[in-house]
Amino acid sequence: MSRKVKGRIFVGAMVFCLAVSFGTLGWLLVTTFIDGIPGLTGKLFTDPPSTQPEEAGARPAILATIYLAVLLLMMTVPIGVATAIYLEEYAHKERWYNRLLELNIQNLAAVPAIVYGILGLAFVVRGPLGIGRVLLAGAIILTLVVLPTLIISSREAIRAVPDSIRQGGLALGATQWQVIWRQVLPASIPGIATGSILALSRAVGETAPLLLIGALQYVAFDPTVLGAFTALPVQIYTWIKFPNPGFQTLAAAAIIVLLAIVLTMNAIAIFLRNRFRQTW
Amino acid sequence: MDEKLPKTHSRLNPDSPSIDSARIAEVAVGTTKRDIERRDKVFHVGDLSVAYNGKLALRGVSLDVYENTVTAFIGPSGCGKSTFIRCFNRMNDLILGATVDGEVAYHGKDLYARGVDPVEVRRRIGMVFQKPNPFPKSIYDNVAFGPRVLGQKKGLDELVEGSLRRAALWDEVKDRLKDGALGLSGGQQQRLCIARALATSPDVLLMDEPASALDPIATAAIEDLMHDLKREYTIVVVTHNMQQAARVADMTAFFSVEVHEDGKGRNGILVEYDATTKMFTQPSDKRTEDYVTGRFG
Repeated sequence: MSRKVKGRIFVGAMVFCLAVSFGTLGWLLVTTFIDGIPGLTGKLFTDPPSTQPEEAGARPAILATIYLAVLLLMMTVPIGVATAIYLEEYAHKERWYNRLLELNIQNLAAVPAIVYGILGLAFVVRGPLGIGRVLLAGAIILTLVVLPTLIISSREAIRAVPDSIRQGGLALGATQWQVIWRQVLPASIPGIATGSILALSRAVGETAPLLLIGALQYVAFDPTVLGAFTALPVQIYTWIKFPNPGFQTLAAAAIIVLLAIVLTMNAIAIFLRNRFRQTW
Repeated sequence: MDEKLPKTHSRLNPDSPSIDSARIAEVAVGTTKRDIERRDKVFHVGDLSVAYNGKLALRGVSLDVYENTVTAFIGPSGCGKSTFIRCFNRMNDLILGATVDGEVAYHGKDLYARGVDPVEVRRRIGMVFQKPNPFPKSIYDNVAFGPRVLGQKKGLDELVEGSLRRAALWDEVKDRLKDGALGLSGGQQQRLCIARALATSPDVLLMDEPASALDPIATAAIEDLMHDLKREYTIVVVTHNMQQAARVADMTAFFSVEVHEDGKGRNGILVEYDATTKMFTQPSDKRTEDYVTGRFG
C-alpha cells in the first residue's frame, strides 16, 4: 500500500469518528426538538406540574435550577478561587501537606457525582449539618461536585500570569497581596470566569446526586432556599417515567429549556474568553 | 517602619528641596577610584555569600556603591552578577531556598537586619528587569501603580507626567496615556518600566541587563537615560555587554566563576572592583584583563 493511500485511510477514519459523535449529537437534538416543540408553551414556564399533561408546567423546576445556579456561584467561586490562590501563590510546593492537598483535589475531580450525593445525604441532609432535603442542601452538594474542577481551572488561569508581572509589582514596593489583588487576579479573571461557567453548566445538568438526597419529584409551589425543591433534570426524569405520551412531550420540551440554559452559559464563557484574552 | 531605614526626600515632590545640580559634578573621563570614594556610600556590602538550597552561588563579595554614580557588574554567565544585584532590594527573598549571608548596608543600615520589611526596602530601591515587564494596563496605570499601592490618591497626574519625563518617554506617549502599555515598542516598554520605578521616588535604581532584549537604537536611548538619571539617582547595572559598561559606568566590578577543588561545584566571586577607566585600561588582575580584552568569556 502506498504512503498516500495510508494517509487517506487515516484521514477517512478521523472523519468517520467525527461523524459518529456529531451524528449522535445531531440525532439527539433533532428528535428532542421534534418531540418537544409542541410542549414549548407558556404554560411550561408559568405553571406547576400536574397529573394532567395539558395542565402541567415546569415553573418550580426552572426556578429551582436558577436558584441552584446562583447559590452555586456564590459558594464555589469564592472558595474555589481562594483555594487556587493559596495553592499557586502561597503554598510551599515541597511541603507534604500541600502536595497531599493537590493530589486530593485532582482525585476529587474524578469522583462520580453520585458519590458526592451519598456524602451529602450523610453530612448535609442528615448528620452534622442536618438541614434536611432542601434546596440549600442540593446547592451545597453540587458545590462539592464542581469545586475540584473549578479549582483546577482557576489555578491554570493564575499560573498563566507570567512571573515577571509579580516580580515587577513586588519590586515597586507592593505587598504580595497587593500584587495578587491588583495584577494577578485581574489578569486571570477571563480564565477563572470561563472555568466557573463551564463548571456551573455541568452542575446544572446533574441529576443523580439531587435524586439521591431526595429532590422531590412533584413540587407544586415555587422553591425557597430552605424548602423542598425539584430541579429541571429531576423534573425531566420524573416525566419520562410516566406512560402518558403527553408527559413525554413535556419532558422533551424541558430538555430544550435545559439545553438552552447550558448552551447560553457556554456561549458566555466563550465570549469572555475571546473578549479578554491576554497575550503576553 | 520609617525609623528602620534612613529617610530620603522625595525627588518628585515639588515641596521637597530640589537637588542642587551644580553640587553633583559629572564623572569626568579618567576619574580615579579615589575621586569617587569621596562621595557618600549608598551601599556597603561586606563578605556577602548567597546559596540556593545549600549550594553556594556567590561567595564572599565586599564592595561599596557610591551616590550618584553608575556602578556596573560585568562577568561571564553564571558568575552570580544577577544574583548579586537582587540582594540589594531583597528580591532573592522570593526564591525558595535562597539564603543570603553577610552584610548589605544601605546608608549604614543593614537591609537584612531583623525587623526590616523587604516591601519597604523595595520601595526605596527600584528595579528594572532584563525583559520589559509592563503590566497589562494603560501607560498611566503602569506608572501610577507604585504610588497607588502606597496609598497615594492625589497628585497622580503630575507624578505620572514627571516620571515619564524623567524616563524620556513623555513626548512619545503624552497623547495616549490611556492606551495599553503592551502596544508600545520594546524600548518604550523598558523606559516605561524605568518611569514606573521612578514614580515611587526611590534613590537607587537597580537594572538587571536592562538593554539586553533591545535593539541598538533603543539600547542607546536607555544608556543616555542612565547618564541623565545618575544626577539624581544612584544606578547599579548588570550587563553582559562590556562596551556598555565602558560607556555608562563610573565604577565597574568584574565577577568570575571559581571552580571548587573537587571539580564539581562552582560559584561566583568578585575579582576586581575599580573605576571603569582603570578596569578597562590597566586592570590589576590577570583574569580581568583576559576578560576585557576578549580572551575569555
